Amino acid sequence: MTANAFIAFQKNEESRAIVEAIVEDNPGAIVVEQPAMVKVDVPGRLVIRRATVEDKIGRSFDLQELQIHLITISGHLDETDDEFSLSWLS
Amino acid sequence: MDMKVDKKLGLKERYALMTRDLAWETTYQPMDKVFPQVTYEGIKIHDWNAWEDPFRLTMDAYWKYQAEKERKLYAILDAFNQNNGHLSVTDARYINVLKLFLGSTPPLELMAARGFTNVGRHMVGAGPRVACLMQAVDEYRHFQTQVHSISNYNKYYNGMNEFAHQQSRMWYLSDGKSFFDDAITAGPFEFMVAIGFAFEYVLTNILFVPFISGAAYNGDMAAMTVGFSAQSDEARHMTLGLECIKFMLEQDPDNLPIVQRWIDKWTWRGTRKLASVGMMMDYMLPKRIMSFKEAWEMYFEQNGAALFNDLARYGVKVPKCFVQTVAEKEHVTHQSWIGFYMKPDSTPFHTWIPEKDELDWLSEKYPNTFDKYYRPVLEHFDAQEKSGNRFNNKTAPMNCQVCISTIKFNDPDDPMKTLIRSKTYKGEKFHFCSLHCEEIFDAEPEKYIQAYISSHQVLQGNCAPEGVDTTAPDFEPGAHIAAYWRLDKAATGDFNGSEDQANFAAWRRQATSN
Repeated sequence: MTANAFIAFQKNEESRAIVEAIVEDNPGAIVVEQPAMVKVDVPGRLVIRRATVEDKIGRSFDLQELQIHLITISGHLDETDDEFSLSWLS
Repeated sequence: MDMKVDKKLGLKERYALMTRDLAWETTYQPMDKVFPQVTYEGIKIHDWNAWEDPFRLTMDAYWKYQAEKERKLYAILDAFNQNNGHLSVTDARYINVLKLFLGSTPPLELMAARGFTNVGRHMVGAGPRVACLMQAVDEYRHFQTQVHSISNYNKYYNGMNEFAHQQSRMWYLSDGKSFFDDAITAGPFEFMVAIGFAFEYVLTNILFVPFISGAAYNGDMAAMTVGFSAQSDEARHMTLGLECIKFMLEQDPDNLPIVQRWIDKWTWRGTRKLASVGMMMDYMLPKRIMSFKEAWEMYFEQNGAALFNDLARYGVKVPKCFVQTVAEKEHVTHQSWIGFYMKPDSTPFHTWIPEKDELDWLSEKYPNTFDKYYRPVLEHFDAQEKSGNRFNNKTAPMNCQVCISTIKFNDPDDPMKTLIRSKTYKGEKFHFCSLHCEEIFDAEPEKYIQAYISSHQVLQGNCAPEGVDTTAPDFEPGAHIAAYWRLDKAATGDFNGSEDQANFAAWRRQATSN
């Protein structure tokens, strides 16, 4: 069974758009709402694409802005200007 | 001089220019004299440039985002305090969780800051040095913001004002202190495994995710904003810890057995430390959101298993303690709370027997253990308390020589039996809470025989306030301990009947009537 990569954010208007972008780009994403926070699990690999977030949020977006809302992550991280990904190799 | 950075540079180029390019090979002194600590632990590194922070965060971006986090945080704190936010928590029992948190957590953040400052100095590569510098600044920030957020409560409630004095003296704070003392006196690579990997990656999710989410649902906007703001840094800290593990394992196959021993050791030490966090979730949050057992399953068993399966390609094995932590998850929080309840004269926070609906919640969440082992004990104490015969354990606790937890956890094979292991080393007898702690001792006995154990210090006459003659024939070692701890009597004992309880009720009435 492939393990889940996950990410959690504080619940706010920006993270709402980010989560919408994740759901769109990651078939199989499971969104779990918890008090004051939201956690998204994706089997194997989770990707956040700048273009999709910009589309949802309605302005230009620097993926490093994720830093402000992040709570926790699971998986090996890789970040470029266009993609932020978390993955398990096994 | 301001450095102009071309806006068109990509993240990778910017990271390369702003970190690695700022480092240099020393010429006045050889590199091994400038960085003397990176070899003695036995870790072999061939190419420091292979280390890259996957966030690719540079200092200029770091300051920008951290400043924004701070502005948000203090705006929320101001609003919470201006709005008498302390009266909006679920009930006044909740405030005791902050007292325990204040004594146990901010001082350890400060220790972490010192540790990362030191390791940031000693790592050879610019990648880890910059990441350690950021983490050191983060840890100072966590210390400060945690103290600031709780300082407003300190204006109204008992038991918070002496946390700095108590941190290195009080019996129940010694476990966390020893964890960080052990880590910062280790070499730089072991420190990174201890704090960066075992604590940050494997374990802090339990402290900062479900517990802080719980604080939010208990109306404590101050703890919530501080906790989540800290946690936004933790994602970076976890990444640093995992990166360090991968880096060591990829650099040389000889590193594996050393790294494995550290993973085994620090996962266990962290697990012991988190028993009290679990107790905060199960017993001290009036509005509960998730049991410790559920949090452990989600963040340690599932997430930890994913991590260790992934690291298996390097030959890393699941930590030896994994099986025992799974067996203990249904016991430790109950044993911890009962342990604190039994010592009403010895903590600057209150304890209580949970209400009936809270006991029912625990029965439901812990179907295999709570009704069988712990509910009868709590109901017995409750009956004793109500008949005017409140149980009070006046003896000093016995502690594990390694993790400094009080000896109270059960034998993994028999919940009715307390586990204690003992051995003699150089003519002195030492006690352990578990086989894992005994093995940690065996690997470095000369380190652990120096552990600070409050009970021993009291009996040796080292815990008396100034002016007390500890050599007088009628000197009683335990008689001055409350004064030595600067323990406020009003902050101790039962919540029911406490000044905090009465004040909170009166202030809330004032706030909601004319």
